[in-house]
Amino acid sequence: MSSSIENLVNREYKFGFVTDIDADTIPAGLGEDTVRAISAKKSEPAWLLEWRLKAYRRWTTMREPHWGNVRYEPIDYQGQVYYSAPKTGKPLGSLDEVDPKLREAYDKLGIPLKEQQILAGVAVDAVFDSVSVGTTYREQLAKLGIIFCSLGEAVREHPDLVRKYLGSVVPYSDNFFASLNSAVFSDGSFVYVPPGVRCPMELSTYFRINAENTGQFERTLIIADQGAYVSYLEGCTAPKRATNQLHAAVVELIALENATVKYSTVQNWYAGDEEGRGGIFNFVTKRGKCAGANSKISWTQVETGSAITWKYPSVILQGDNSVGEFYSVAVVNHHQQADTGTKMLHLGRNTRSTIVSKGISAGQGNNSYRGRVFVGPKAARARNYTQCDSMLIGNRCGAHTFPYIEVANDTAQVEHEASTSKIGEDQIFYLQQRGISKENAVSMIVAGFCKDVFKELPMEFALEAQQLLGITLEGSVG
Amino acid sequence: MLDIRNLQARVGGGADILKGITLTVNAGEVHAVMGPNGSGKSTLAQVLAGNPAYEVTGGTATFDDRDLFGMQPEERAQAGLFMAFQYPVEIPGVSNAYFLRSAYNEIRKTRGEEEVDPLEFLDIMEKNLALVDMEPSMMNRSVNSGFSGGEKKRNEILQMAVLRPRLAILDETDSGLDIDALRIVAEGVNKLRRPDNATIVVTHYQRLLNHIVPDFVHVLSAGRIVKSGGKELALELEEKGYDWLETPAEAVA
Repeated sequence: MSSSIENLVNREYKFGFVTDIDADTIPAGLGEDTVRAISAKKSEPAWLLEWRLKAYRRWTTMREPHWGNVRYEPIDYQGQVYYSAPKTGKPLGSLDEVDPKLREAYDKLGIPLKEQQILAGVAVDAVFDSVSVGTTYREQLAKLGIIFCSLGEAVREHPDLVRKYLGSVVPYSDNFFASLNSAVFSDGSFVYVPPGVRCPMELSTYFRINAENTGQFERTLIIADQGAYVSYLEGCTAPKRATNQLHAAVVELIALENATVKYSTVQNWYAGDEEGRGGIFNFVTKRGKCAGANSKISWTQVETGSAITWKYPSVILQGDNSVGEFYSVAVVNHHQQADTGTKMLHLGRNTRSTIVSKGISAGQGNNSYRGRVFVGPKAARARNYTQCDSMLIGNRCGAHTFPYIEVANDTAQVEHEASTSKIGEDQIFYLQQRGISKENAVSMIVAGFCKDVFKELPMEFALEAQQLLGITLEGSVG
Repeated sequence: MLDIRNLQARVGGGADILKGITLTVNAGEVHAVMGPNGSGKSTLAQVLAGNPAYEVTGGTATFDDRDLFGMQPEERAQAGLFMAFQYPVEIPGVSNAYFLRSAYNEIRKTRGEEEVDPLEFLDIMEKNLALVDMEPSMMNRSVNSGFSGGEKKRNEILQMAVLRPRLAILDETDSGLDIDALRIVAEGVNKLRRPDNATIVVTHYQRLLNHIVPDFVHVLSAGRIVKSGGKELALELEEKGYDWLETPAEAVA
C-alpha cells in the first residue's frame, strides 16, 4: 500500500472518433510545389504566396531544434500531408449547410454550433482540419466593427490588415516550426477589434485534427487597436490515432496603445496511450506584442494533452507601462512530455510581467518549465514576478525548471519563486476519511494547486479545465 | 455498533503494534482509550479509519454489522465513521467550504439523499460554526492552511458537527491545545452526543476527560488493553501514571 501513489489515468480518450468525410487532400511531402499548391487551393494573392515561399526557402536552411527537454523519434517531414480540407462543394451560406457528419462530430465534442452557443453567448469559429466551416455571431460583431473570421477569409476581405500584421510578431524566419507553419499554414482565426471597442463576448475557436497523418498548421492573428479589448478562447481536442501527428501552429497577438488581449487555451489533444504510442506532437509558437503604451497581453493555458508539448506563449513589452501575463497549468501522465513556459521581453519603461506556472507530473510523464525574463537597457523600472510550482504524483515522473533571467537595466526588479512538492498520501487519506473517493481527492488537491491559474480563466472554461485535469489524472493514484 | 476482535496491526512492514485488541462500542457510549506514548492508541484510531499506511495482520472488526476492513476509507466515512485527526492535513487552494460541502454531499449521496447547493450549505454551516466558536470567514480559507493548532482542532470538530457521524474517533484531539481551546472542543463534542451515536476518545492525558466524561476507560500498553473500567480509572491513571500498569502487561505477554 505504501506505493499507493501510482496509476491514475485509465479512461479511454473520450474524443477518439474519426469522422468519415471526403477530404480534399494534396499528396504527402513538402516542396515549393506543395506550397504553391496550398496557396492555389486557397486562391491567395501573389504577395502571400511570395511570403510562404520565402518562409519555405528559409525553412530548408534550418534545423529542427533539440534544446527542449523532450525525446521523440525523428519526424518525417516528407511523410506528412500538408493540406486537407473537408469537401463542401460550394461556399456555405449558413450553418445549416454544414455537412451533417461534421456537425455530428462537433456535437460529440460538445460544441453545438447554433442555439447552445448563442445561449451561452459564445461566438464560434470552428476549424475542422484546415478550413473554417462555420462562424456564428458575425453580424452582431460586425455592427461593432469587429472582424472575426477565418484567416483565409481575412486574406480575401481585409488584405491590408493581414498584410500589415501577419508575421509582425512571429516573422517567417523566427524558428524552425514557425517557418514551417508560415510556408504551409492552412487556416486559422483572424480577429480585429477597432479603436475603443470592447468586444462584448468571449470569442472562441475549437480546433480539431481529423484526417490521418495530416499535420495541422493553423495560424491565428488577433489585433486589438487602440483602447480595444478582446478575450479569446481556444479549445483543442483531436481524435485518437495510432501514429504521432504533427501540429505546428503560430499565434500572433498585437495590442496597440491602451488595448488588452486576453488569450485562453485549454488543450486536450490526444496524448498517446499508456505505453506512449501515438499522440500529438505539439510544436507551437505563440507570441504577443504590446506595441503601444499601457497595453496588456495575458496568456492563460491549461495543457493536459499531446504526447509532446513545446510551447512558450510570450510577450514583447515594447510600449511603456505595458503588462504581460502568463498563467499556465501543464499536466503530463503516462509517457507525455511537456517543455513549456514563456518569454517576457521588457523593452519599454515601467513594463511589468507576471508568470505563474503550475506543472503536474504523473505516471512516467516529464514536465519542464522553461522561461526567459529579459530586461533591456531602456526598460527602466521594469518588474517581473515569477512563481513556478511543480507537483509530483508517484515516483517515476519528472519535473524540471529552466529559468533564464537577463537584466540590462539596474532599476529593474525581478523575482523568482519556485517549489516542488509531492502529492501527499496523508492529504488523500484525509479527504477519503471525509467520504471523498481517492480519485476525487486527487482532483481536488490538484485543482487547489492550480487555483491561481484557474481563476484567470473565463468561467465556462474554468469548469471544463478542472474536469479535464480530473480525467487526465484518473488512475495515476492506485 | 463497533465490534473489534483480537485486532493485530502494524505499520510499514514492521512488527505488530497492536497485538490483539478486543473492544465493543455500543450506541450512546463514550469510550476513552488511554495509554503511554507508543502503546498503540493512535494506531488503533488509524487502523479503524483505514489509513493505508497501516496493515491489519489479524483479527476482525465489524461496524454496524459490516466488515470494516473490507471497506475503503471513504466507504467507512460514508457509513458514518469519522476520525478527528491528531495532525489535520493542509490542502492548499481548496476552500474549507468547498471541501466540507463535497464531503457532506458524498455522504448524503450514499444515503440516497439530494445533494445540497452552496447556498443551502451556507445555512448548515452557520448553525455549526457557532458550536466551535469559528468565524464564517474561516470557511473561505484553504483547508487547514495557515491555521493555528487550535483552529485546526476546532475545524475537525466543525467537520464532525456537519457530517454527524455514527461513530467519532478523536485521535489525541487535546494535544497541543490550550485550556480555552480544549474547553471549546470538548463542549462541541458534548453537544453532539446523542443516544444513537458513539465516541472513542484517544488521549494521553486525563484532562480532556474532565470535559468529555467517558462511560468506559481502556488502558493500552504495548498493543494490548491491560485494564478497563469506568471514568474513575482515568483519575487513577492521572494520579499514579502509567508505570504501575506496564509490568502486568509484560507479564501477560
